[in-house]
Amino acid sequence: MAELVPSAMIETMTAAADWVVVLPLVLCLMGAAATLMLRRSGRLTFMFSLLILVGVIACEVTLLLRVLDSGPLSMTMGKWLPPFGISFTADIFGAGFALAAAVVTLAVLVYAQGERGADDGRDGFHSMVLLLLAGVTGSFLTGDLFNLYVWFEVMLIASFGLIVLGGSPAQLDGAVKYGFLNFLATTFFLLALGLLYGLLGTLNMADILRVAPSANPAAMAGVAALLLLAFGMKAAAFPVNAWLPAAYHTPPAVISALFAGLLTKVGVYAMLRSLVVLLPASRDLLEPVLVAVALATLLIAPLGAIAETNLRRAIGFLVIGGVGSVLAGIAIPSLAGVSGAGLYVFHAILTMTALYLVAGLVERQTGETDTRRMGGLYAASAPVSMLFFALVLATAGVPPFLGFWPKLLLLQAGLAEAGWSGGLVAMALILNAILTLIAGSRLWAHIFWRSAPEGAVAPAVASRQGEWLRFGAAGALVAVVVAAGLWPNGLFEALRLGAPDLLDPARYVAAVGLAGGSP
Amino acid sequence: MEYVLASLVGCFVALGVYLLLSRSVIRMLLGLVVLGNGVNLLIFTAGRLTRGAAPIVPPGLDQPDGVIANPLPQALILTAIVIGFAMFSFLLVLAFRAYQSLDADNTDTMRVAEPVDAPNPPLSY
Repeated sequence: MAELVPSAMIETMTAAADWVVVLPLVLCLMGAAATLMLRRSGRLTFMFSLLILVGVIACEVTLLLRVLDSGPLSMTMGKWLPPFGISFTADIFGAGFALAAAVVTLAVLVYAQGERGADDGRDGFHSMVLLLLAGVTGSFLTGDLFNLYVWFEVMLIASFGLIVLGGSPAQLDGAVKYGFLNFLATTFFLLALGLLYGLLGTLNMADILRVAPSANPAAMAGVAALLLLAFGMKAAAFPVNAWLPAAYHTPPAVISALFAGLLTKVGVYAMLRSLVVLLPASRDLLEPVLVAVALATLLIAPLGAIAETNLRRAIGFLVIGGVGSVLAGIAIPSLAGVSGAGLYVFHAILTMTALYLVAGLVERQTGETDTRRMGGLYAASAPVSMLFFALVLATAGVPPFLGFWPKLLLLQAGLAEAGWSGGLVAMALILNAILTLIAGSRLWAHIFWRSAPEGAVAPAVASRQGEWLRFGAAGALVAVVVAAGLWPNGLFEALRLGAPDLLDPARYVAAVGLAGGSP
Repeated sequence: MEYVLASLVGCFVALGVYLLLSRSVIRMLLGLVVLGNGVNLLIFTAGRLTRGAAPIVPPGLDQPDGVIANPLPQALILTAIVIGFAMFSFLLVLAFRAYQSLDADNTDTMRVAEPVDAPNPPLSY
């Protein structure tokens, strides 16, 4: 027995290059602490957090290139061999989403600087944004389910702080609904984790893959159903989506943009990882439920957007519709389905953030939040109208734009599926695209195209200070969306390499390098 | 012993869900706390119960002598308690601020963000 003990420890030093798995997180967390100390330093805080973000993006590009080159990369904390130590494991999907999240955070920070006065900054905005990014990056890169729970809570507490920043009654109202329902969702997640630990004796993802096939399938299906409920709430899937349209439009537009890009996507990614990769047998049992949820989310969400007059609430419903597309990929987990779901998450992180940023530009120019009182903005600002229209087309999935490619993959998956579910999902995807296009072009027509409504007073000329920062951030993000849609070859190459890892996680398990026996 | 704790977890979760179904924000908050503690107890029970054997390796040995209690659930619960308490404190302050500025402890009357009598969307286009 004496020789068993050293074998549970890692004796070699972690290679310097492997630290890149945790470096983005370390930078975010240390940056959050440092900006808290620098919060009275005015512009310096902004410059410093910008520097941190550029560092994070550099690390994540390195990580992504490395993972593309040589497969999943893993690092285990504290010299304990997995499953005893907590693993961080990056595969192509996780690293790609983390990179997209850091890019939109950069755009959001620059945009926010254009809105904030010189003496704002004591409220800890930059610290909370970096902390939110830490939670999101951790969720994308972790290889341990309990650690995923911890990152969910880091993300949750940072988003609580951001949503109430300013403290208007509407924000408090939205925050109560957002806070209670999301905390309830993470409690359900913890409940599922407790049961999973009782059944398997491990929470390391690679180790779960090893022991789950021999566990009681009925009990595992129960755990999977709980995970579906918890992540469905986080992702705002249809029957449990009520918190999103109640909360996302209450904080300033720039904070809505950050939430729309990051929060629901993490929920949907966790669902993809846990149901498709970790518990595929239990997912098969839940397939009818998944198909029904995907259909309902795809069809009902854009109807909500059509019926809504508040601009950012309407976009909130479009975010929910996007979640439906990812659920469609989880409901049909063929190679095309999983690739489509992954690419859709990537697309949604970029496009939804950009949409909210452009909505912020619109609200600032008109001084209104309700589309009934907007109109004729085309004459005043043609560039904003072009940005908005491009994003509407990208959201609906019109061909040359980024949203088209994941929907194409999902449609392929749906039509290739033998049973009734594939055809239904394909039909719902097409209907969703049409309804989204109607909702988006109605918004565009009301804001930009029609003449201003009767009795509308021309808004006082808004302060132009910081305009180029706001416009530049939103414009650059739209440019990224358009460019990624026009030249998608790199994305497809990444999917070709990355998607098989989700369906056959042998490379993932090999990268973690488990110790011999189970605990 | 597992059966007793499992029933207790059931009572905690039932009470938590009952309180969460209330319209009063403070009752909902208490419901979340009770539910969270039920879940903590569940993790503790799921780690299997062992009596009177602390998970400490005696000096001079490389591994514990005989059966010990499972230390991992305790670490998990400790983390969950700390996080749950932070969330509880935030939500408590939030509920108080909401009560002050919205003058409502009833979720039915909290309709600032989603007005009840919102007009229909315009029929043009």
